[in-house]
Amino acid sequence: MLRDITLGQYYQTESVIHRLDPRVKLVGTILYIISLFVCNRFTGYLIAALFLGVLIKLSKVPFRYMVKGMKAIVFLLLLTVAFNLFLTPGEPLVQFWKLTITKEGLRFSVFMAIRLTLLIIGSSLMTLTTTPNNLTDGMEKLMGPLKKIRVPVHEIAMMMSIALRFIPILMEETDKIMKAQIARGADFESGNVIKKAKAMVPLLVPLFISAFRRANDLAMAMEARCYQGGEGRTKMKPLQYRKQDFAAYGIFCCYLAVLVLVSQIGMIV
Amino acid sequence: MSIILDHVSHIYEKDTEMAAFALRDVCLTIPDGQFIGLIGHTGSGKSTLVQHLNGLLVPTGGCIYFNGQDIHQEGYDKKELRSRVGLVFQYPEHQLFEVDVFSDVCFGPRNLGLSEKETQLRAFEALRQVGFPEEYFYQSPFDLSGGQKRRVAIAGVLAMKPEVLILDEPTAGLDPKGRDEILDQIAGLQKETGITVILVSHSMEDIARYVDRIIVMNRGSVLFDDSPKEVFRHGRELEEVGLAVPQVTYILRELKERGMAVRTDATTLEEAEREILQALGRG
Repeated sequence: MLRDITLGQYYQTESVIHRLDPRVKLVGTILYIISLFVCNRFTGYLIAALFLGVLIKLSKVPFRYMVKGMKAIVFLLLLTVAFNLFLTPGEPLVQFWKLTITKEGLRFSVFMAIRLTLLIIGSSLMTLTTTPNNLTDGMEKLMGPLKKIRVPVHEIAMMMSIALRFIPILMEETDKIMKAQIARGADFESGNVIKKAKAMVPLLVPLFISAFRRANDLAMAMEARCYQGGEGRTKMKPLQYRKQDFAAYGIFCCYLAVLVLVSQIGMIV
Repeated sequence: MSIILDHVSHIYEKDTEMAAFALRDVCLTIPDGQFIGLIGHTGSGKSTLVQHLNGLLVPTGGCIYFNGQDIHQEGYDKKELRSRVGLVFQYPEHQLFEVDVFSDVCFGPRNLGLSEKETQLRAFEALRQVGFPEEYFYQSPFDLSGGQKRRVAIAGVLAMKPEVLILDEPTAGLDPKGRDEILDQIAGLQKETGITVILVSHSMEDIARYVDRIIVMNRGSVLFDDSPKEVFRHGRELEEVGLAVPQVTYILRELKERGMAVRTDATTLEEAEREILQALGRG
């Protein structure tokens, strides 16, 4: 149940994409998402999908893993499609009861579905090929300039990496406590909403206590190693751009150029 | 009345790249009233095995029968099963949640739908059985020491009056005194009530002293399943799978090698003492 969430899970393997600098992947993902929302032609989406397909192939991550992340947002996706389908004004196509499907609505909702699907798969590709530590390292570096205006960049990055690190631990803990309480006859499944909420108490109290205990231990361990924030802190493996990273930026620029070109041509034609 | 495991296998993360065999074709019969030690190295499948016994995990192959009924057949009452096969997890004190000790122990029996009076009676009895001092009954469980917390957690399962009590490493992280106290109490309880007890551990010392049967697990399969004396005869094989025989057995072996006429199958301190005294001609 809890294991279905792949967003934020790393898939260990050896590939070109895995070896890329996290900054490239972060910038790439953001640009990709922007490109998805700027694009308004089917040919453009075809190119975006193909591009993503090639990247997935290169990453050697089984396609199943990307789709797994989709499961979590199926509901959101359907809702968005439904809203766009019925609530966009324009030339009516089909009409029944109080609902009208317009030509614009149909077009827009299909676009929205494609956008969201590619968006989720695209960002899953990033998290699947980048370890959480690498990702936060990349973010810290990218946000570096913000330090000038006193944004605690290092602290934010540290909090993020700790939070990410704790997700699997707390998930395992939840599983364990749940089993222990089920062994004592607890029932998490049957009953109405109020009964179900009440049944969560024996799960949540121990979970919170264990989370606090772990946080405490971690703070103690960090302090014992003289951690005192980002000031003067060096990295064991500082991020450094290599040839392949510049090549990746280049490829990305090509992709964007092609996309822009396609939509321009579409405009003229 | 017994638990039967018929060719039980379990694979974690089945159908993924991370698939791992945790149990391989395990066949066991657990009759009533036995005191069983289940030992194995870390990752040998002990914990996976015990979670099958009360239906928390569903085997990926094979069947489990409790009193002759397949526990995974349609319509089998799992809740009832869990009240009869009590499982105390590793570090059970991490599951305490109530405001005071007594209410926490009441959680189990209350879930069985017993009357309030019966629930309280059982909680009281269970706390007595584990030797929990009465003056702390209404303390917050979070203020107690590690050993006392563990007692409360064990009482929480005992209060359901299980016919089979499974304890997964009940002494992990306790000091020697706390360990002996808890094990003595469990052994006493077993004798007194005649329930089946399965003690999971990786310490031979803990187990040898109490149990009538030892099941040794290695890489998801049963390696030995016999009385302690018989199992400890296989000293070398046990060492190969990362386990050891009790220290006294080592001493007796050494003595024999040096020419003393002792038998080497003693497993407890008392037996070894007798053996040595006999060899010295003072028995």
